[in-house]
Amino acid sequence: MRAIDMLRMGLDGHKFGLPFYSRSANKKVEHILGCVEAFDLAGKRVGELSGGELQRLRVGQAVIDEPDLILADEPLSALDLAQQKVIADLLDQERRDHNAAVIFVTHDVNPILSMVDRVLYLANGKFRIGTPDEVLRSEVLSELYGTPVDVVRNQGRILVVGTQDHDHHDHEEWN
Amino acid sequence: MQLFDFSDYGELIPLVQNSLIAGLLLGLVGGLIGVFVMTRDMSFAVHGISELSFAGAAFALLLGFNVVAGSIFGSLIAAAIIGYLGAKAKDRNSIVAVLMPAGLGLGILALALYEGRAANKFGLLTGQIVAVDDPQLFWLVVICAVVLVSLLLIWRPLTFASLDAEVAAARGVPTRALSIVFMLLLGLSVAASVQIVGALLVLSLLVTPAAAALRVSKSPIVTPLLSVAFAITSVIGGILLALGAGLPISPYVTTISFLIYVICRVVERVKK
Repeated sequence: MRAIDMLRMGLDGHKFGLPFYSRSANKKVEHILGCVEAFDLAGKRVGELSGGELQRLRVGQAVIDEPDLILADEPLSALDLAQQKVIADLLDQERRDHNAAVIFVTHDVNPILSMVDRVLYLANGKFRIGTPDEVLRSEVLSELYGTPVDVVRNQGRILVVGTQDHDHHDHEEWN
Repeated sequence: MQLFDFSDYGELIPLVQNSLIAGLLLGLVGGLIGVFVMTRDMSFAVHGISELSFAGAAFALLLGFNVVAGSIFGSLIAAAIIGYLGAKAKDRNSIVAVLMPAGLGLGILALALYEGRAANKFGLLTGQIVAVDDPQLFWLVVICAVVLVSLLLIWRPLTFASLDAEVAAARGVPTRALSIVFMLLLGLSVAASVQIVGALLVLSLLVTPAAAALRVSKSPIVTPLLSVAFAITSVIGGILLALGAGLPISPYVTTISFLIYVICRVVERVKK
């Protein structure tokens, strides 16, 4: 199976019958190939793709059928910065074009910060929900973590740092 | 001893007409289902099913029942056991390895007790040419038609489920039901193939052609077509060659299908 066949399956792989040639299906596959910048991967065997390449195609496979709801669990995890932007832009475009809702789970909000409507920030078994400007503030997160943290904003990016010698993600690491 | 003798070939062909029709059908079914056997990683399971199919056929022969029906019965039981207990690839190999000698042993017992023509016995293991009579051919046609129609119907979701089970399930493909249906179809195909190539060599029809096709093609359309072409070439070629020698057909069928596989590997190497 090639990369394009994998994308096609996202479109009609669940339907009975044979995968006949379809011009409209091919058009959509081509469109998504462009969106995930994978034209050069089109004819490659899926088994020969790298982790990042496969992940881009998986995202493409998920959105090719124009879903109403997109659940994305760390979709940027295996990608470099350039690829992260490609995928984030694609999901953003999809939700605007087809009025889809996107729930995006991530450890690093920065690649999608400009696209986020609301943040559900989970820490310490507690949560805070609101717009990024409401949630991603020093006093809100300090209260959430139960210890003073600084939220530093720089050139549109956000950095959450402990003000003392404090590892704010210690409960999530090395288990 | 002669391996080939084509002096009275013209008179022999009509005798194997049934076998040729059966061979064509089996090539078609075996080539198509083989692609799924490969993508679902079930080559070894095919061998296990064929041994139980052999046991079923041998007992049918011993007790005077329809051999094809016995063969189907054995096949379906094996397919059901492997499908039910061996859903995970890791468990499957051991279950097949346990079933296989059990089936073979039972089959040999039945053959040892059978007092009819010896050629009937040997044929179930290694294949036969002239032994396909009209009622048997009718059964084969029915089996092949059922498998073919069902396979074409579930082709797309089965491909999806075979290549990417989790994503397919998330997309709403009934992967579990499909895998049960596939096991049944596989059982039927094996039972049909046992009649022609024999239980020991079913793999040469249900696995080798598809394995060869996957070497040289990555297209989901070209691969099954090539696989069918390879399977039909092997069976028909095998029958025609065996006819000239008066020997069992299986060595010819297996050698042709093996050579095709070797050639495909070489082609793959050269293309790279």
